[in-house]
Amino acid sequence: MNHLAPAALDVARIRQDFPILSQTVRGKPLVFLDSAASAQKPRAVIDAMVTAMETQYANIHRGLHWMSERTTEAYEATRDDAARLLNAADRAEIVFVRNSTEAINLVAHSYGRGVLRPGQAVLISAMEHHSNIVPWHMLRDAHGIELRIAPISDAGELDLDAFERLLEDGKVGLVSITQMSNVLGTYTPAERIVRIAHAYGAKVLFDGSQAIVHRRIDVQALDCDFYVFTGHKLYGPTGIGVLWARRELLEQMPPFLGGGDMISSVSYERSTWAAVPHKFEAGTPAILEGIALGAAIRYVEALGYDAIAAHEQALTEHALARLSVIEGLTIIGRAQDRGGVVSFTLNGAHAHDIATLLDRSGIAVRAGHHCAEPLMRRLGIDSTARASFAAYTLPSEIDALADALLRVREFFG
Amino acid sequence: MSNAGPRDLYQDVILRHSRTPRHAGTPERYAATAKGDNPMCGDRVQVFLSYSADGRIIDPRFDARGCAISIASADLMAEAVDGLAPDEARQVFEGFQIMARTGACPDGNARTELLRPLAGVHEYPGRVKCATLPWHALMAALAGERQATSE
Repeated sequence: MNHLAPAALDVARIRQDFPILSQTVRGKPLVFLDSAASAQKPRAVIDAMVTAMETQYANIHRGLHWMSERTTEAYEATRDDAARLLNAADRAEIVFVRNSTEAINLVAHSYGRGVLRPGQAVLISAMEHHSNIVPWHMLRDAHGIELRIAPISDAGELDLDAFERLLEDGKVGLVSITQMSNVLGTYTPAERIVRIAHAYGAKVLFDGSQAIVHRRIDVQALDCDFYVFTGHKLYGPTGIGVLWARRELLEQMPPFLGGGDMISSVSYERSTWAAVPHKFEAGTPAILEGIALGAAIRYVEALGYDAIAAHEQALTEHALARLSVIEGLTIIGRAQDRGGVVSFTLNGAHAHDIATLLDRSGIAVRAGHHCAEPLMRRLGIDSTARASFAAYTLPSEIDALADALLRVREFFG
Repeated sequence: MSNAGPRDLYQDVILRHSRTPRHAGTPERYAATAKGDNPMCGDRVQVFLSYSADGRIIDPRFDARGCAISIASADLMAEAVDGLAPDEARQVFEGFQIMARTGACPDGNARTELLRPLAGVHEYPGRVKCATLPWHALMAALAGERQATSE
């Protein structure tokens, strides 16, 4: 099956960069097909964290000593890496947060309460992760913002006509939508979403948690207003993520959390805010994780997004071909433009049982509702099993999955 | 699955109870009912209780959507507590919780022994909740509550 791997990505060599991939699980080679939940870490990321701790570490942005200055430089270099990754116009548009969830909460709290007015609406889609639903429920209840849901087709594609109709009354101030579904693998039509939303005066936030792992993102070309992603799905550490927003929006927005590092001056009576992005970065941040995120970004850039995207496409096609011929197996989500996240159900076997049996073969998949309960209800199912792919995934691992699923089906048949 | 075999968890008796549970279904009449949800995975179970004149559980029933482990556990639970006084059922649950955590059956209680096929779940920490979910619903129903509180 090696002919399916695109020549551009040397997966065998890439796998050597990920120490964990040589581990065995229950006596079998690890087949890790759960990268959409969190990706494994390359040596470059591991080394960046260890090297910082061993040779170059102090608190940042405040010490007038060598260690602090060097650590600040390393941390701030990641801001440049992230700006380059997203093609941001200005490095000050990169706000470090813990993860995508915190980024969306920041926007919901700060832009939602500070800029949106009661009576306005936020529009999301029917295939959002809970992290792009719950913050808007909280904003709705606290601030009188209406929440609208753009429907999807049974294939798992955004209904663009319905999407536009929901914008027509001009009340929607913000569209907050995934760029790639963590359940269905669907890529949403990002450029068209922005064009339509802007025509009705709405800003657009993309949840890029999944998309940025597989596709080159250019926020200026996309012309979106906010973009969020998390480091740990992009081969980086946990605890660090990015909110990008147009500078004029960040300037408009009040701070989210208050504390050290985000102020210009503090008296007992009042505080004034630091300039963006520091206005949004209260307290000592995830310094080591921030430094290592830079290593992850540079690692991905060195692989190259063209090769990464081609690899993902080939793996996805291979997976759909292998899995769809398994009797009783239903692939959930058949969007035209879809990527390396494949959810499925199997007659007679609950997703948990599938996951437990696959685990016995050393195969790691996710099972459950994938933090997308409303989507599960929309699709009329309780849970799915989900295989997801990364730059280090081999076609032979998908074959192992398909073979194991045949045995699962026999077992529960 | 191949070498070690999945049978330590999925014994034949588990598969039988999950495929064709004997105590599934919503009864026409019942004295108490409670739901249990596992918000982490979407599993749902509802337990229906009737009581005899002297307050014993009679013909407990359940309605479940979930994995083989949760459905088999609900069915075995119904068998284990049928005819028991509420306090006796609570004791069986205490024993079962220890079994699900350690794999060992702690007491000589014959009702707890009925649950032994589920002891293998202790090897799978992520699956223990699947096995205990129906029990939490049962405990809530016995307490006159409508919803099990999560663990």
